Amino acid sequence: MADHNLTPLKPAIESYIPMGRSGLLPALHAAQKIYGWIPEPVAAEIARSLRVPLADAHGVIEFYSLFYNEPTSRHVIRVCADVACALKGADRALNQLCSQHGLRPGQTTGDLSLTIEPSPCLGLCEHAPAVWTMDNGQSTIGDGTKADTQPASMVYGPIRMLTANCGNGTTSLEKYGEYDALKKALAMKPEDVVAEVKASGLVGRGGAAFPTGVKWEGAAKAAGGEKYVICNADESEPGTFKDRILLLDDPHRTIEGMCIAAHAIGATKGYIYIRGEYLYIVPVFEDALNEARSAGYLNEQFDIEIRVGAGAYICGEETALFESIEGKRGFPRIKPPFPTTHGVFGKPTVINNVESLCNIPLIIGLGSAEYRKIGTEKSPGPKLFCVSGDVTKPGLYEVPFGVTLRELLEMAGGVANDKKLKSVLFGGAAGAFAASEHLDAKMTFEDLRAAGLPLGSGVVMVFDETRDMRQVLQSLGHFFAHESCGKCYPCQMGAQRQMEILDRVATGKPLEGDLIRLQDVGWTMTDASLCGLGQTAASAVLSAMKLWPELFAESGK
Amino acid sequence: MAITLVMDGKELTVEDGKTLLDVAREMGKDVPTICYHDATTANGLCRMCVVEVEGQRALQPACVVQAGAGMKVHTRSEKVIRARKTILEMLDSTMDLSEADEIQTMMKDYNTDANRFPDAERRESEIKDDNPMYIRDYSKCLLCWRCVQVCAEDAQYTYAINFEGRGFETQIGTFFDKTIPETTCVLCGQCVAVCPTGALKPRREYLLQQGMSPQEISVLNTGRKKRKAR
Repeated sequence: MADHNLTPLKPAIESYIPMGRSGLLPALHAAQKIYGWIPEPVAAEIARSLRVPLADAHGVIEFYSLFYNEPTSRHVIRVCADVACALKGADRALNQLCSQHGLRPGQTTGDLSLTIEPSPCLGLCEHAPAVWTMDNGQSTIGDGTKADTQPASMVYGPIRMLTANCGNGTTSLEKYGEYDALKKALAMKPEDVVAEVKASGLVGRGGAAFPTGVKWEGAAKAAGGEKYVICNADESEPGTFKDRILLLDDPHRTIEGMCIAAHAIGATKGYIYIRGEYLYIVPVFEDALNEARSAGYLNEQFDIEIRVGAGAYICGEETALFESIEGKRGFPRIKPPFPTTHGVFGKPTVINNVESLCNIPLIIGLGSAEYRKIGTEKSPGPKLFCVSGDVTKPGLYEVPFGVTLRELLEMAGGVANDKKLKSVLFGGAAGAFAASEHLDAKMTFEDLRAAGLPLGSGVVMVFDETRDMRQVLQSLGHFFAHESCGKCYPCQMGAQRQMEILDRVATGKPLEGDLIRLQDVGWTMTDASLCGLGQTAASAVLSAMKLWPELFAESGK
Repeated sequence: MAITLVMDGKELTVEDGKTLLDVAREMGKDVPTICYHDATTANGLCRMCVVEVEGQRALQPACVVQAGAGMKVHTRSEKVIRARKTILEMLDSTMDLSEADEIQTMMKDYNTDANRFPDAERRESEIKDDNPMYIRDYSKCLLCWRCVQVCAEDAQYTYAINFEGRGFETQIGTFFDKTIPETTCVLCGQCVAVCPTGALKPRREYLLQQGMSPQEISVLNTGRKKRKAR
């Protein structure tokens, strides 16, 4: 049986063996490239080679959606089933594709020539409905039926600082130019670099908005010689696609940001953790790393390794991401201790989102005082918004903090097809719904917080007046039930119960007491969950209950 | 060093380094726990021991959070009770708790509604009776992780079991669902000893519950031995 022939496996995983358990995800990826899935003898061989207990290796395969332990084709077409794509007919696209090939969603042909499955948000929301195809290790993206054409990035906005090099394909090092900001930083004392980043007022752009400089200071001061810089490129928040564009179109900005961080905290090793669904970014980024190595920016003092996720939203949570790099199931850890002292491999670690790191060369290059002239007093700097859904011009918008939602929507050509606005989902699945009364809210951390809206990862997903929000909520419910890691009870069971109730709401047949039930589940997840996933898994639903209580009423129609 | 904190309105001076659970229990307060066990590393995952600490947005797991100077802690606030009650009701709607005595008591304490979640999907699973020492009935498993922990670094370093699936679909399992004799299990029984719900049970106890007599069971075991010897 071809599946059981271990001959091609050994050379493919050889380089991961010295990494031990940390080599588990890379080795499983390598095996799947050969076999399309992970048959039992393959899993056993990998586990033995890497000295990982068999049950643990199996636990890892089982955790990640993109690892299969049942026969699966090396040719997989995944159709995004999440909110922004659902608005653009993803269901129809999936069903059409399936009927063309005589498959049901999630099925593989008998001869293993094709698998078709629905996927959580692919981060291609501006190209909805999005399709991602893996064929013999080759990864391509497309919109709807044209699965084989890589769509061009759609980048707009009144300022183009973070996105200066975006929108015209990948920017080579030659075009990017020298790492001037890094050179400037290397001439500074590490503590002065940290001070500059602190003075800039930069807060994390991944969703949690933690002050970047404070994080760096913590790791810089932490005891221990071995320190890490990690770029969190596990962008998986439904509606978010900014990091994909930054990495594909301008990888050197992120690399330069990581190099500056490494100097500031004294790190010798960096990782970039790219979500499995962004596999096509990996060769682009590897090329950029090689350019940076040739130019001497990456060297024996500091170098960066790419790690690839395998289909788990939770791995965007920083401690779950560490676990994943360590070759484990992506379970979030209890905090404290915090990553700045106990990060990956238990060592002091700075972990920043792609967009956060892309701000660093700007801050060092301009100086914090100049940088702070962009945006507002409390939310300085440029900000990327991922605009999708029912707008005329979906895409990535770079604006200074402080533009209003109305202004942003006008830039995007307003609600598509001259329809009226029903709602905007802010911050993604873990965000909250806004309504037309929020149109004049300024898009800053402080103004949105006052309006009870999270800025999150910069998602602005637009729904026109004709949309049935119950369908949208149902989709969010399914997303969290699929992505809960299962560690803590409130989220493990709450996401499931929330989905079941939202299913009933979507069909217009809620049971007596479902409104209160949904609230109790929602608040229990929010108050008592272990990590940010569970704590925000009900956020959008609770906001919808405030805006549209009638949707949840027992006679709800 | 000693620190001073306030718990449920009472000012206390305690030794530094204690968890909020230690402090609460010393005060004679009833803070319920499910996953917590003296013999295993605390993971703070059941969230039954959550308490409200003023100034913290989320509730805090008392089993892992250390008592800090100046903390104002509420062990039975409205938020805390809503969370504990809902967790218990969700457990009740998910698995078979008929042999989980401690949790039965908690459900009485928190006055839970057995039908709080109608039409809820339950985790059901066939009984796995594949070795002479213990049976595995994962319909009763509430994923406290203790068995996986004692099988690994918390005690035995055997690594016979781990997790399958993710989220609500999570279950304890072996490598590709192998039977226990096919794994590294050494039948030490520590997992059975720490199981709070009867999901893991000595096989003898299980067979007695099934109505077999002690004599029938010993014949069964002798038979098994004989077969093995051949």
